[in-house]
Amino acid sequence: MNPLDSKKDYQDFVNKKSPNSPIIKNCFNAFWVGGLICSIGQIIMSICKSRGISQEISGTIVSIILIALSAFLTGLNIFNKIGKFAGAGSLVPITGFANSIVSPAMEYKSEGYIMGVGGKMFTVAGPVLVFGISTSIIVGIIYLIFNTQSITLV
Amino acid sequence: MKKIGKQTIKFDCPPSISEVASIVGPKESKGPLAKYFDECLDDEFWGEKSWEKSESKIIKETVNMAISKSGFSSNSIEYCFAGDLLNQCISSSFGLRGLNIPFLGIFGACSTFVEGLSLSAIMTESCAEHTLCAASSHFCSAEKQFRFPLELGNQRPPTSQWTVTGAGAAVISKSGNGPYITHITTGKIVDMGIKDANNMGAAMAPAALDTLICHLKDTGRNPNYYDAIITGDLGYVGKDILTELAQKERIQYKICL
Repeated sequence: MNPLDSKKDYQDFVNKKSPNSPIIKNCFNAFWVGGLICSIGQIIMSICKSRGISQEISGTIVSIILIALSAFLTGLNIFNKIGKFAGAGSLVPITGFANSIVSPAMEYKSEGYIMGVGGKMFTVAGPVLVFGISTSIIVGIIYLIFNTQSITLV
Repeated sequence: MKKIGKQTIKFDCPPSISEVASIVGPKESKGPLAKYFDECLDDEFWGEKSWEKSESKIIKETVNMAISKSGFSSNSIEYCFAGDLLNQCISSSFGLRGLNIPFLGIFGACSTFVEGLSLSAIMTESCAEHTLCAASSHFCSAEKQFRFPLELGNQRPPTSQWTVTGAGAAVISKSGNGPYITHITTGKIVDMGIKDANNMGAAMAPAALDTLICHLKDTGRNPNYYDAIITGDLGYVGKDILTELAQKERIQYKICL
């Protein structure tokens, strides 16, 4: 059989030839780094609560500190190394979102502050925002419809 | 110059590559070919404010180096073919604007340099005494244009390749001591439907094989005629694929890069 006979044959042939990502190693690293980031968040949360700050405000403080930390490490060229090692472990928590906004801002600074930083800042995070906000609007409308007919969802 | 077979040009008096020059970035400087480059940079910016400006500077300095090494005055070089990976070929057109040589911008992605060599050779044999060809790329500017920001913490799959930071230039002359360009086989676009942008070797390998087969058929040569058959960098995966596909086509060669 010649793999160049059809596109599908060639794709199968290429899949056989291409090495896969080391998935067990990647998962393990993502698990412990992601866990570590969440633990840091929990520690900040506990400190805040022990000082008498309410649950809600403590949560906000955790987000602010983790975002600031991640943005700072992105600027120092350290976060991309953590990300390369940990993958989803550092990408899924709020640290990854901060990184996805700071990194294009840095990259496009050379094109000026308005059209560069301002215009390109959300190139990576943009889809998350668009679909995140769209989904919340749709959920809100559904909730409104059911709520006015006195059906409680929550 | 005449056409033989389907896709091949044969030169009556083969143009000579009289001089070459190359400048590369930090990663290439640590590679196995480091000793063959004329200059190795240890900073991607090379004192410039953006990667695009730095790429322009690299191609400009490479071209100047090739001309000064060749010993010809830049007035005696009649045409320049150059290209790069960026939109509207800005690195080469901005980099070479001070050159004062009629300029033909080219884009062939990974094949830009060979495209330049082919056109230079044809131009040299038909009407010019000396021509110049050059190509450049920059890892950071290419990542910025085609992929993600450098600081983004994502993972690269094992099949992904790395864009070269650097430039190469060659002066082609009507007469000289060689190496000579005796034949040109221009390849077709062969799309086998690979959609993975991180597996370029697999996407390019079928075209490389197609061109190779066509060249051998047009020239009536056997692969053993050559001491080495060299392709552009297909990476580990692409090279492996090309070697196996070639074996299936019963092409045995000595060295393939």
